[in-house]
Amino acid sequence: MILGFGVLVAIVLIIFPLFGGIPWTRRLVDFFTLLALAQLWNLMLGYAGLISVGQQGFIGIGSYTLWLFSDILGIHPFVAVIFAAIGGAIIALPAASLVFKLRGGYLAIGTWVLAEVMRLIVANIKRTGGGSGTTVQAASQLATETRVPGTYWWALGLAIVAIGVTYFLLRSRTGLGLEAMRDNDLAAESSGVNLWRTKLLTYVVAGAGCAAAGAVVAIHLLRIQPAAAFSINWTAYLIFITVIGGVGTIEGPVIGTLIYFILRETTSQYGEWYFIVLGLLAIVVTIWSPRGIYGYVVRKTNFFLFPVQRKIRFKGAGESPPTQVESGAEPVA
Amino acid sequence: MDWVNAAVQGILLGGLYALFAVGLSLVFGTMRLVNLAHGDLTVLPAYVALMLVNAFRFNPFYSIPITMVIMFVFGYLLQRGLLNTIVRSGDIPGVIVTFGISIVIQNALLLGFTANSQGLDAGSIENGSIKISDRLAIGWLPLIIFIMAVIVIAALQIYTQRTKMGRAFRAVSDDQDAARLMGINNKHVWAVAMGVALLIAAIGGVMMAIRTTFDPLLGSQRLIYAFEAVIIGGMGSSWGTLMGGVILGLAQTLGAQAFGSAWSILCGHVVFIIILAFRPQGLLAKTVTA
Repeated sequence: MILGFGVLVAIVLIIFPLFGGIPWTRRLVDFFTLLALAQLWNLMLGYAGLISVGQQGFIGIGSYTLWLFSDILGIHPFVAVIFAAIGGAIIALPAASLVFKLRGGYLAIGTWVLAEVMRLIVANIKRTGGGSGTTVQAASQLATETRVPGTYWWALGLAIVAIGVTYFLLRSRTGLGLEAMRDNDLAAESSGVNLWRTKLLTYVVAGAGCAAAGAVVAIHLLRIQPAAAFSINWTAYLIFITVIGGVGTIEGPVIGTLIYFILRETTSQYGEWYFIVLGLLAIVVTIWSPRGIYGYVVRKTNFFLFPVQRKIRFKGAGESPPTQVESGAEPVA
Repeated sequence: MDWVNAAVQGILLGGLYALFAVGLSLVFGTMRLVNLAHGDLTVLPAYVALMLVNAFRFNPFYSIPITMVIMFVFGYLLQRGLLNTIVRSGDIPGVIVTFGISIVIQNALLLGFTANSQGLDAGSIENGSIKISDRLAIGWLPLIIFIMAVIVIAALQIYTQRTKMGRAFRAVSDDQDAARLMGINNKHVWAVAMGVALLIAAIGGVMMAIRTTFDPLLGSQRLIYAFEAVIIGGMGSSWGTLMGGVILGLAQTLGAQAFGSAWSILCGHVVFIIILAFRPQGLLAKTVTA
């Protein structure tokens, strides 16, 4: 039943641009890019225990790599998104070797410094238009009827890939290692989990994904500017979405993105108040309901749309009662 | 001579960065909390001083002690009312909550004072300088800020080494549970530590406000400078933090001298990255783990 419903939703979402109209399709581009970004941020924080406040660095790099490949090198913008993802992964490797020297909260600020470094470099290159930015010509020249649906499918594809990667990664051995590492890195390491490689994998996957999302944003907005592409506001949105929805679940960011969108569509004209509400909600949820909305749902119903936790199953009747042991952060319901 | 001038300005600028960094380091040292709102908490006192100066029409220097008291009380209450609940829950809640506080402070300041730059007028001292030669002059204000940084760090050293509360800072830092068993009220100690951190942030914040203009969005940049100073100097070392600030300041002013002012901040970051890559424990490290 759930599967059938899921297939139906997927089909509707895939053909949406054919009947949904340009304004709604554009809104959904925003939605799916943010969902993909939040999912990747959640993969880093909720499963690998890596807290980054610098993903805007990769988003910005993605936007500018798209511009480089499409406007300067003449590659079709929809193909250039792939190069942006590769660019993000390539930059994530040395970046990881630096920030992984730091831990916890200092690692977070370290990722922020790297994002600032990337922003300053891009803003100082004259060819990119410097601080005032530039227009992505190759994308502007596409007809709206091609550009908007194409961007939509990229955004939808990224969201699906981000969810899929998280899902399959977590069900693999690496995923088990990740969760062990998040819960207790010393114990995980002594049980044979290669901490460095597991963290690196997560960071590079997230870097590539964020860069691809940044490339989609560039095609979507047609204009790139260092202050916007590398803005710390990206991190504010990702923190808000993931924390409100529920850290460490795949469903959490989906719910969080929905709530964020409702808030944005209704209150973003209030400017500063809107950000104050986002900030306060993130604080309140972290302190009083650290598992977010989805954590609350799970506690009440034990329903998982994407089951990634492991359970012990007891065979045969009359033996032990079917106690559940979950490896996730959620205590036994 | 321009290079000498740039170097002198860089060293003096480093004193300011150290003033921003000491509070960040103190809070991390006593409760393992990385306060991402620390930069905004150095901008906030500038606006407190601005309100005081507008209300009483006195020289902004007189607002410093009042602002220090206000920020101490604010820090104490912030810790007691909010942050104490997450001190023991690991790194991640701390980062998220303090990032949230940062967003709230920044946007509240934007709401109350707009994004326009503000300044505090302290009269002739702002531009006064000691003229050493034709091309080298040391501004009074940067010099006072640097001396202030040295005094603050020395005072903090004495405070943590010689006083009862200072001993409690070190005790809760070493072992929270053992400290509690010895009759220390951890929640009160953490709150005092946050109060002291913000009192120092008030000195740096108001001094900087007198020296240049300020706006609500400066916080994140200051957080980053403070963090870089702490990491360059080595965690847990107060004099290391001063040294880290000086190295960062030097990198920025010498970088500007060499490549032009557009590259100044980037040069600071690059020096930080080099030190992080080759000496991640910092130059004068006492503790190894971050």
